[in-house]
Formats: sequence, C-alpha cells, structure tokens
Amino acid sequence: MLETDIKLLANILPHLPQAIQSQILAVEEFLAETTLTVRRESLRQVIQFLKTDPNFCFDVMMDLFAMDYLKYVPETPERFAVVYYLVALLQNRRIRIKVFLPEEDPTIASIHDLYKAANWFEREAWDLYGIKFEGHPNLVRILCHAEFEGHPLRKDYPSDRYQRLKTTTSSEGL
Amino acid sequence: MHTTLTPPESSKYMRLNLGPSHPATHGTLRVFVELEGEIIRNMKLEIGYLHRCFEKMAETHTWNQVIPFTDRLNYVSAMMNNVGYVMSVEKLLGIEVTKRCQRIRVILCELSRIIDHLVCIGANAVDLGALTCFWYFFRERENVYDLFEALCGARLTTSVTRVGGMYQDLPEGWLEWCRKVVNHMPRTLDEVDTLLTNNRIWIDRTKGVGPISKENALEYGFTGPCLRATGIAYDIRKAMPYYDYDKFSWNVVTQTEGDTYSRYLVRMGEMRESLKIIQQALDDIPGGSVNVDDWAICLPPKDQVYNSIEGLMAHFKLIMHGIRPPVGEVYSCTEAANGELGFYVGSDNQGRPYRVRVRPPCFAIYQAFPEMCIGQTVSDAVATLGSLNIVAGELDR
Repeated sequence: MLETDIKLLANILPHLPQAIQSQILAVEEFLAETTLTVRRESLRQVIQFLKTDPNFCFDVMMDLFAMDYLKYVPETPERFAVVYYLVALLQNRRIRIKVFLPEEDPTIASIHDLYKAANWFEREAWDLYGIKFEGHPNLVRILCHAEFEGHPLRKDYPSDRYQRLKTTTSSEGL
Repeated sequence: MHTTLTPPESSKYMRLNLGPSHPATHGTLRVFVELEGEIIRNMKLEIGYLHRCFEKMAETHTWNQVIPFTDRLNYVSAMMNNVGYVMSVEKLLGIEVTKRCQRIRVILCELSRIIDHLVCIGANAVDLGALTCFWYFFRERENVYDLFEALCGARLTTSVTRVGGMYQDLPEGWLEWCRKVVNHMPRTLDEVDTLLTNNRIWIDRTKGVGPISKENALEYGFTGPCLRATGIAYDIRKAMPYYDYDKFSWNVVTQTEGDTYSRYLVRMGEMRESLKIIQQALDDIPGGSVNVDDWAICLPPKDQVYNSIEGLMAHFKLIMHGIRPPVGEVYSCTEAANGELGFYVGSDNQGRPYRVRVRPPCFAIYQAFPEMCIGQTVSDAVATLGSLNIVAGELDR
C-alpha cells in the first residue's frame, strides 16, 4: 500500500488492525465510495473480520458480482475481478472490496458460509463470468440454461452468438 | 438447503413441481417441493426462465438506450428502475438534475411504489381467495396508469427518464389530476383495510406464515418491506437521502414478526406514507426546466436544432455518439418497491457502458424462500410467495 492509501484508510476505517491492513493492496476513494483491493488469498480473512468485529459490523452483503477488464482502457492488474459490496446497516457505512483474478485461473474462495446471500450471487458470477468459487456447495448455472456453453458476460463472448438447445428439460442437475 | 433433492425412488416424500408457469407464481418461477402429506419437507428453486441478458445488452447500446431495458426489470413499477438507472449515470457524470426534475421523479417513484404494493397485496389476497380487494386496488392502479399514460404514452414500459432529466415536462393539468388521484386513494386503502386487516380468515392465513428472523433476513441481504417487516427500520430514503427525501415529513413503517401478515401491514403503511410524500412534493414543485442545461448530456431544444449550427451539431453528436461519462465505476442505489435497487455502472469513456450491473432486491429475497417455507404447507408457501413480491423480470434480468 502507498503512504497516501494508508492515510486514506485510517480516515475511512479507523483502528483496522495491522494483520488486516497488510492484506489490503490499494485503497481508492471515488465519488465518496471506498474500494479496497484485497489480496486474493486473504479475502475470507478480511471479510470475516469486517463482518464479525464489533467495531465494523458489516452485517449485510448487499452485492457480489464479477467484472471482466479485457477491453478496459486504463490497464488493470488482472483481467477479472470479483466485487463484494458490504453494508453496515447500523452505522450506515458501505464498502466495496475488490479482488483481481488472473485470466488463466479465475478462482477464489467462496464466502457462502459467511453470508447466506453469497450462495446465489456466486452461482451467478460463475454462470456469467466463469469465476470458480472454491468450496461452494452447488456451483452450477443459475440464469442460463444448463446446456449453455461459455460465459456470456465475458468481453470476448460475442453479443450476437446464438446457441440452440438440444434437450427440452433442464432439471437433470437438480 | 441448496443441495440436490433425494432421488424419487428412495424418497419417502412425494415430489411436486410447481411452475414455471403456474397461476400462483405470477411470473416464471419453478419450485420443486418434497411433501409429507401437505407439509413441505424440502424445496428447491430454479430461476432464469426470464433471463434476457440485460447486462450484456446494456454493453452494446448507448447510455440512454439502456433506459427501455430497465423498464423490463421490475415491470410493475418501471419508473423506479428508470430513475435508479439514470441516477447512477448522473452520479458518474457528476451532475445534479434540476429541482423540478427531482420533484417529478419523487412523485413518479412514490406513485410507482404505491401501484407496486397494490399489485403485491391484491395478488397475494387473490391467491388466498379474496378477490374483492384485488378489484378495489386495481381500480386505483388504473387511475395511476392513466396518469402515466398522459405523461409518456405508455402504461407499463414507461422509459420516462433521460440522463440529466426527463423525456419531457409534465403535460398541462397533470398536477391537478395527480392530486385528485392521490386524494381518492386513502378511501380505497381504508376499504381494503377494513376488509383484510382484522379479517379472521386473512389473519389465520397470514399470521405466522413464512416467517423470517431479523438475523436471517440480514444474512440473506433482505431490503425493503421484507426487511422492515422483521423490525429493522432501514430505508435508503432515510439512510442515504436522495432527491430531498429527508426534507419531507414521513415515517419508516416497521413491524416485528417478519411473517406474511407483517409484510402486508408494512406495505399498507408504506402506501399511506408515500401518499404523504406525494402531497408534499405536489405542494412544492418549482418551475424551470426539467433537463440540465448541458448539450453534451441532454438534447438541445428543437428550435435550436433547426435554426443553429451548434444545436444541430450537439443533437447529432448526442444521438450518434451518446453521452461520454468519465472513466470510473460507481454504485448508486435507490429504495425501490421491493428494496435496495442498485446499479453499478462502469465507463471507459467510449460512449457505451463498459458494465451495467443491477443489484435486484428480489434475487436476495427469493433465495431465502425455501428456508421460510420448510415445515409449512403448500398453501402457506403460496401465501409467502405472494407477500415477498418476487418479480421474475427483476429476478432473472
């Protein structure tokens, strides 16, 4: 983390312990929204801390989704990112956590046991972007048909590609 | 709960499939249940029947061309989606819409919230055999749709906002008409109140049905009326006020039980609060333009387009190239009828959205449906589903 990031972080999330701070790679403040970029391997640790620590109490996982930066003009560290949007209802505080994932191995630990909401959101990110969530109990497609090939929201998936269904039932995986 | 169902031959339970096209789902939802007698022992949901790849389509259109797609998210209250989406783009552009536009958006949003709740309660009551309330409510809904039609020519798919303003200003006499509609509504609410709130059958069918605890609701990311029915007074209009919601006098309605009856009471209360907001907004609507005065964002007036080279150029550039928000990503959320409707938009300054992500409130809520229904009867599940107000267009996008 840069010196300015450390100062920014102390303003936004004061009293963050060193063990968690060292897992944060960058802090960004844009239009009054805070984004923390976190090391991939310590995502669960950071989220668990933010959820359970009485000083922070981020009790709601409002959103979880993936991004594909393949054609993004400002260069990003890696092609994919997963974004977690946490909310502390009582303190009315919101924070965004971003984890970058390399193209060749878009894998990240699942947080379905930390927030029940994460289950479907992770399935959606798998379905649309092909992000693998390790430890997820049922990582199957949720919005697209079971026979669908590829991950439609990736930037290299053409928006006009047509896929014909072969079977009429979709409940085999259930 | 999201494990596979047991194979039929080894199961001691009867398996039943509901949907995707079933009268009680009011949309395309597929539910598999395992029954012991009439009691649900296991439940599995399948969604995606109305998936239209909203997020992918948004990436191939200009920022304003996305607005008609947002109508099709929660099509029961399309205007709230219109407003939610343009708010996020305006945040990225760093502009604030005019006061007049803000007031109009507040009025339209609150009218939409009311009709959304009317449909939810009305349909919920129909599912439980109470048809009268449905007709009473739909009469009011028709009045509101007439208002919408006069404003933008469409009843459901309104596309009424534009980035930086509105599609057009209010037609003449609209405000007085709106006041009449709003003044008539409390009578209908009272009528249905007397029909349902203390009705023995209604209470028996909804009290204690499909309950969810406060803690569980937070775990699942509940927002909106379903969260407030558990006792948490969280409303974005109060917590992160936009469009002067903090300046109006109104209350957040809460209940404590988190069951179908509580959700019904919260929605009934919210409609009355929305009426309060609309009345205050109607009393305090300033003149002036509804669009921001920036030709790089809003179309220039037609006489400028026809009579000046600058106006013509601005019109051409806006139509052909679209708006170009600066590089960046923002999340902006509004309190829609079902809860927090968030739009996460990313721009790379190329005239088309790099990414539009919708955070649909239904998606989080519907995920908890099995947990709310296991141990209850199928008919209770129908009552619960109606009170959650799952709109497939928003769920599947």
